[in-house]
Amino acid sequence: MADRLSEVFAALADPTRRAILARLTEGEASVNELAAPFPVSLQAISKHLKVLERAGLIARGRDAQWRPCRLDPEPLREVATWMEQYRRFWDERYATLDDYLRDLQAHDEETA
Amino acid sequence: MTTEQLTVDRISDTEIVMTRVVDAPRELVWACHTQEEHLRRWWGRGNPLDVEIDFRVGGRYRYVEHADDGNSYAFRGEFLEIEAPHRLVQTFEFEGMPGHVATDSLVLTEEDGRTVLTTTSRFTSKEDLDGMVASGMSDGAQRSYLALDALLRELTA
Repeated sequence: MADRLSEVFAALADPTRRAILARLTEGEASVNELAAPFPVSLQAISKHLKVLERAGLIARGRDAQWRPCRLDPEPLREVATWMEQYRRFWDERYATLDDYLRDLQAHDEETA
Repeated sequence: MTTEQLTVDRISDTEIVMTRVVDAPRELVWACHTQEEHLRRWWGRGNPLDVEIDFRVGGRYRYVEHADDGNSYAFRGEFLEIEAPHRLVQTFEFEGMPGHVATDSLVLTEEDGRTVLTTTSRFTSKEDLDGMVASGMSDGAQRSYLALDALLRELTA
């Protein structure tokens, strides 16, 4: 029942997974290459990769021996868009409040 | 008059602070946040807004914004603390993402006839979330969108 955004957020909640994504911005990498900088097992890295894959953040090659991972930035764009919406949501609201307060005060002056 | 800048700052893993200055006295800004006739005129960002508001501690509100794309967006919450005309604490939940309840504390300070609005949004709070959100995924989701800027920094480094 989890929506896509929640899945992406959950995937991004972990610093190791964010570091993996950061590494993948430089290009494709194998599981071994991705695991190298981390003091955790290959198994743990594989679990992280599964989470990222489920969230649609990475895609993996089909070759059984060599299954390189690559970044799929599309869900990140969704997240960034969502954050931007949040900001715009409040920005627009305050801009409308400005206009409204100006109207109210202009009206007060007229009737004063 | 230039448009004032809205600032959004992250102050902890779970809290952000928004600050905005408006050119009006505090009493009026307070009225705009607490009375149906005023809320109707601005809260919807220019879109028609349905307002149900029971303005008292423990009272609830529900605002439905009718956007010009034909969609309606509903927001609801409860008033937790009311100290007119300077402090208002309420919960805030977008019905499109139910369970993600923020607690917003609005503080109004007046300076030379202008009002500074400071809203602290707390995105995870055990006392307010009890019985509403318990799953690890929701918790992760809430923590992680606050971690998004860290991610974007890493990705663009």
